[in-house]
Amino acid sequence: MTDLSTRIGELRLANPIMPASGTFTEDLADVFDLSILGAHVLKTFTAEPRTGNPTPRVCDLASGMMNSIGIPSKGLDHFLTRALPFWARYDVPLVVSISANSSDEFARLAEAVTVPGIAVIEANISCPNVEADGRAFAVHADSTERVVRGLRSATDLPLWVKLSPNTGEPVEVARAAESAGADALVVANTVLGLAIDVSTRKPRLGNVMGGVSGPAIKPIALRMAYQAARSTSIPVIGCGGIATLEDMLEYLIAGCAAVQVGTATFQSPTTMQRLLAELEAWMMANGIRSIAEIIGTLQEAGDGVLSVDVM
Amino acid sequence: MSMVTPLGHGSPRDSFLPRCAEVSVRVERNDPVNEEYRLMVLRAPDAVLNCSPGQFFQLLCPVAGGDTPFLRRPMSIYGYDRAAGLLQFLYKVTGAGTRGLATLREGDMLNVLGPLGQGFSMPNEWRRLMLVARGVGLATLAPLAKEAQRLGRSLTAICSARSPELAMSVELFRDCGAEVIVVTDTDGSSAPEALRILIEDRIARDGVDAFYTCGSSRLLRLLQDIGARHGIPGEIAMEQQMACGLGMCQACVRSFREGDTIRHRRVCREGPVFPIAEALA
Ligand SMILES: Cc1cc2nc3c(=O)[nH]c(=O)nc-3n(C[C@H](O)[C@H](O)[C@H](O)COP(=O)(O)OP(=O)(O)OC[C@H]3O[C@@H](n4cnc5c(N)ncnc54)[C@H](O)[C@@H]3O)c2cc1C
Ligand SMILES: Cc1cc2nc3c(=O)[nH]c(=O)nc-3n(C[C@H](O)[C@H](O)[C@H](O)COP(=O)(O)O)c2cc1C
Ligand code: FES
Repeated sequence: MTDLSTRIGELRLANPIMPASGTFTEDLADVFDLSILGAHVLKTFTAEPRTGNPTPRVCDLASGMMNSIGIPSKGLDHFLTRALPFWARYDVPLVVSISANSSDEFARLAEAVTVPGIAVIEANISCPNVEADGRAFAVHADSTERVVRGLRSATDLPLWVKLSPNTGEPVEVARAAESAGADALVVANTVLGLAIDVSTRKPRLGNVMGGVSGPAIKPIALRMAYQAARSTSIPVIGCGGIATLEDMLEYLIAGCAAVQVGTATFQSPTTMQRLLAELEAWMMANGIRSIAEIIGTLQEAGDGVLSVDVM
Repeated sequence: MSMVTPLGHGSPRDSFLPRCAEVSVRVERNDPVNEEYRLMVLRAPDAVLNCSPGQFFQLLCPVAGGDTPFLRRPMSIYGYDRAAGLLQFLYKVTGAGTRGLATLREGDMLNVLGPLGQGFSMPNEWRRLMLVARGVGLATLAPLAKEAQRLGRSLTAICSARSPELAMSVELFRDCGAEVIVVTDTDGSSAPEALRILIEDRIARDGVDAFYTCGSSRLLRLLQDIGARHGIPGEIAMEQQMACGLGMCQACVRSFREGDTIRHRRVCREGPVFPIAEALA
């Protein structure tokens, strides 16, 4: 029997495949049965309603895309009364992603969503922090530590902290999130980018800069997931550019306990369904009985030839 | 924290019924219809042919000749025939994605996702229909002509184009029993003032119960104005950059008037067809 289940702390998921925040809604149920997923991760929302950024909000890149959707949000009340009841029909852990402008607001929102029906809070700390001149919380270890500590004291739900690749101190940030009480890390969010239409000399996105996602960022996100897995002892959920079985296996081998799939779903809405079938087939073909046999099994580098010290 | 029992995958619940599908289909033909537009005919399975006029597909355009389109491209359904198993698109080659589409030959495969979005409505009291469209908009409105014929409605199609040779779908509209009026930039008959006179004249002579239009903000403003003056409702198919096409990413929002407030709606999900009176040009 092939066991696809995986553990994220106390939580056991039926399989390691889940959507990435902002790339998944109930609308995907038009295409396949969402009950097959390991978890349901919803779009980030804020306590107060927001409209999001001006259009164009997306642009095409050779090996991925860039978005400046922002966080259009219908607010907390809408979430609790309208969105939440829909997901109760699924026997799949529900992960809600939240965002706020300050540590206090973050903590208050975490407390407000600590309600039955929600299995996990995912904190999207890649958003600008008004207390730090608009720099994202996830850019520095100290701002990460502060916001995660506030979140930790506001909820007893499992807390996943989603990190940003737009930092020069990924290991310090990952450790700060762990020491402040994160139960798992989601690595990573989009990479800040820019694209210009040379015929009009205008930015291709209404918001000028945006977040790059898709295959283009996979090596970067994979490197960060590896660093996070190696430098902390909490589970890491890999995210960034996953579209194929091989992409997913790379993240698992690098130390991730599960993966999130985002942009690939836009190219092919059946991606997660396909990955799940391919993972099971691959495990059977290779005599692997559980996901644990794959996680964190990266071998030593090198081609096996002894290197000669030339210095 | 509850421990969740793993669910066996690949065992969709009995109640599950997909509304649209991602399928790879065979290209039957893909030829120029004039110097700007091409007609693509695909052999499609029944799973994607439960279409209605105004809906669209997301096409996974091939990587070709140095172009690397990544996101799917939205295209209105130009024609669909469930009995014959055919699906048609009429498109203009404008950039990386549509250039890739143009390279497809008979026998090639194309991955399509659809049908998507909400199509046009045609309530019973809409007997005398008028459609006004230009360019690619004519592709979007073409299936409406068949529907009007099927439901026994009268249809006047005003086809606007730069020059008479570029006026598309004229034959198709005529074959569906529509009265076709071609207006062009060449002779000035496509200018808003000229169109206004033409439309007002039709309203006075035969009456018009509803308008259908597409894309152009000039046409939208004109029809909003005429519609408000005579109390004639109507629908418009709109465009916006898309990523998912399913309603998940919120890339494709546009602003709409809802009473006193302005609200965002997703072109791919709530649209692409909207009431003319609520659309903002
Ligand atoms: C609902 C809907 C129905 C459409 N139906 C038709 C049709 O029947 N025939 C037809 O020729 N065209 C149609 N279009 C426009 C068509 O989608 C664009 O011409 C096409 O995406 C251009 O892609 P490209 O790579 O060739 O051009 P590029 O300009 O290189 O495209 C760059 C990016 O911008 C997007 N984009 C460019 N123009 C548009 C546009 N007008 N609307 C939305 N996104 C755009 C592309 O999808 C792509 O992501 C429709 C658009 C929508 C939203
Ligand atoms: C259109 C779009 C919207 C997104 N919205 C959010 C969001 O609201 N919250 C968040 O934490 N991440 C958001 N992301 C980032 C994704 O969750 C993911 O981290 C990133 O896209 C990398 O994964 P991918 O390459 O598989 O897409 C968004 C990404 C895209 C493309
Ligand atoms: S294109 Fe993604 S929501 Fe419309």
